[in-house]
Amino acid sequence: MSEENTPEAPATQDLSRRAFLGVSASAAAAAAGFVALAPGVKLMELAHAQSAYPAAGQFASSKIRWGMLIDTTKCATGCSDCVTACNTENAIEPGSGRPAQSSQWIRKIELKEQAGGHRELSLPMMCQHCANPPCVDVCPTGASFKRADGIVLVDRHICIGCRYCMMACPYQARSFVDEPLHDQNPEVPRGQGCVEACTLCVQRIDRGLGPACVEACTQAGHGAMLFGDLNDPAGEIAKRIATTASSQVRADLRLDPGVRYQGI
Amino acid sequence: MAAKNIVYREIANQRAIWTLLALCGLFIVAGAGAHLTMEHYGHVITGMDNRIVWGLPHVFAVFLIVSASGALNVASTASVFGKSIYKPLAPLSGLLSLALLAGGLTVLMLDLGRSDRIIVAATQYNFKSIFAWNVFLYTGFFSIVGAYLWMMMDRRMNAYTKHLGAAAFIWRLVLTTGTGSIFGFLVARQAYQSAILAPTFIAFSLSYGTAIYLLILAGACAMDERPLGDAIVGRLKNLLATFVAASLYLVAVLHLTNLYFTRNHGIENFILRDGGIFTALFWLGQVGIGSILPLILLLAPAKVTRSNVLTASAAVVIGGVCQMYVTIIGGQAWPLNLFPGYSVSSSFFDGEVHNYAPSIWEILLGLGGVALAIAIVFLALRLLRFLPERLDDATLDPSHAHAE
Repeated sequence: MSEENTPEAPATQDLSRRAFLGVSASAAAAAAGFVALAPGVKLMELAHAQSAYPAAGQFASSKIRWGMLIDTTKCATGCSDCVTACNTENAIEPGSGRPAQSSQWIRKIELKEQAGGHRELSLPMMCQHCANPPCVDVCPTGASFKRADGIVLVDRHICIGCRYCMMACPYQARSFVDEPLHDQNPEVPRGQGCVEACTLCVQRIDRGLGPACVEACTQAGHGAMLFGDLNDPAGEIAKRIATTASSQVRADLRLDPGVRYQGI
Repeated sequence: MAAKNIVYREIANQRAIWTLLALCGLFIVAGAGAHLTMEHYGHVITGMDNRIVWGLPHVFAVFLIVSASGALNVASTASVFGKSIYKPLAPLSGLLSLALLAGGLTVLMLDLGRSDRIIVAATQYNFKSIFAWNVFLYTGFFSIVGAYLWMMMDRRMNAYTKHLGAAAFIWRLVLTTGTGSIFGFLVARQAYQSAILAPTFIAFSLSYGTAIYLLILAGACAMDERPLGDAIVGRLKNLLATFVAASLYLVAVLHLTNLYFTRNHGIENFILRDGGIFTALFWLGQVGIGSILPLILLLAPAKVTRSNVLTASAAVVIGGVCQMYVTIIGGQAWPLNLFPGYSVSSSFFDGEVHNYAPSIWEILLGLGGVALAIAIVFLALRLLRFLPERLDDATLDPSHAHAE
C-alpha cells in the first residue's frame, strides 16, 4: 500500500549578505519571465494548494491493481462490522422507502451448502472490481468506468440513471439512489437518480489508506479482509493468493474480479 | 397500377378526432404529471427497487419500440416486396412506426433516474454499449422512415421510394435486433443470456406491429366512415397469423433450449410452472390470449370475419404486453445465482424471488406513452393526407378477385 505523505520540514538557511544579493539579482532577472508565466503557474499552484491530496492521476497507475482477499473461515455469521464501517465512511443511511430501495454498497451473505454436511459460510459481497466489468461494457454514456488501478467507479456527472449496469452486474453489487440525499460525505459525492456501488473507498486509497471495511475488520480482530495491490509480488495479498487456494465468485463468467475469496 | 387513382384525404370527422385527441391529452398530461412526481420524490415512490430495476415503464416502452419496427411491415411489403395492393396503406404504416417509437422512447427517457441529463446520452457515447448503439438506431430510424415518408408522399420523389423502403426495411431489422440484444447480452441473467432473443424480438415486432396497424387502420376508417375492403384485411390477417405462429415457435424454441441446460431449470420452472403472476401471464396472457386465441380466430373459421381479425389483433396486443412483463420483470424477479450449490440469504434479498407491484405513477407514465403514440397518429391523420379516401377492394386492387 502507498506510504503516508509527510510534508518535508522547510530547511533553515542562513543567508549571508552576498548570498542575499545574489539571490536578489537572480530574482530580479527571473521577474520578467515570472511576469509572463505567473498567471498560469499561479493558477496551478492555487489548484494544488487547495487540495490536500497529490495531483490527480498520481496514484491511479496501471501498474497497480487494487484488490481484496476475503477469508471466509474468519468471517463470522451475524458480524456486520464491515457493513457498518462502509455506511459510516460513505454516509449511507437507510432510505425512507422499502428495504430493497436502500443503497447497500456491501452486504453480508449467509451461505449453506445444499449437499454434504450443509456447511455454513458467511461472507461480505460488494462490487468485485472486475478487470472486465460488464457494467462498464453496457453503460451507454461511459459513466461506469474502470480506473487505471482497477477500481470500478461511476461518474456521477454523466450517469443518466438508466440502470442497465444494474441489469448487467452478476453480483448485484450496484444500488440506485431512489430519493433525495442529506448529510453526505463531501468526499463521497452521491446523487438521486444515479447508480452507485462500492468504490473501494477510493477517497481513502488516494490518501494512502485502505478501505474502511477492511480497516474495521482488522481493528475488530477478525482479520478476514485483506486489501492490497494484486500486482505487487512482494505484497501480502499477492503472496497469500499465490500460496493459498482462493476463488473468484462466478469465475465461469471470466470477469477477473479484483475481490477473491478463501474458503468457498 | 393501383395507386394511380388513389385520393388521399385528411380525416374529416372533427368531432370524433378531437374527442379522441382530448382523451389522449388527458393521459399524456397524467403521464407527464407522473413523471414530474417521480422526478421530484425519486423512484422511491415507484414499485421499482434495487432488485427490479426496470419496471412497468420499460414494459410499455420496449413494447412500443418493438411494435414500431413491426408497424413498418405494410410499407416494406409495398416498397421492398413490390406488392402494389399495400402501397396506398404504406404512408400510415410509416407514420404509425414513427409515432410508436416516439411514444416508447418518451417513456424510456422519462423513466431515467436523471432524465434531465438526456442530452448526455446524445453527447457521450460508450460504443461498446448496446444501449449507445440503440441511440443511433432510434435516431437513424426516425431519419430514414421520415425520408421514406417524404419519398412516398411527394410525387416528384416517388421514384426513390423503393430505395428508401429497402433502407428502412434493413434498418428496422437491425433496430429490433438491437432491442432484443439489450437483453440477450446480459450474461449474468439466466432469463436472458440467449442469442435467440434477437430473432425472437424480430418475430414479436412483426406480430405486434401488424396487430396495432390493423387496429389503427380499422379505427381511422371507422372514424371517417371510409370503406375498408375485405381483400386487404384478409391479406393482413394472413400476415398476422404467420407472424403470431413464428413468434410462438421461437418462444417454444427459447424455452426448450433453456430446458435442455440443467443449470437453467430453476428459471424455467419459475416462469413455466411456479412463478405465480409470471406463470399466469405467460400461459394465459402470452401463449393463450396472445398466440393461441389469435391463431384460432384467424385460421380456424371457414370465413374469417372483420371482428375476428380485430379481436385477434387486440388479443395479440394484450399478449404482447404480457410477454414484455414476463420477459422484463419475470427475468429480474428470479434471483441471480452467485453461489451454485449453496442456499443463500442476505439483507439485499439474495436467493429470494423478488416481488414487484407497479405504482400508479408507473402505470400513468406507461399509458401516457401509448396515448402519445395514438395522439401523434391521429393528429397527423387530421392534418396531413396519410390515408386514402377509399380503401375498398375495387379501389385498392381492381384485380383482387383474381388475386384472391
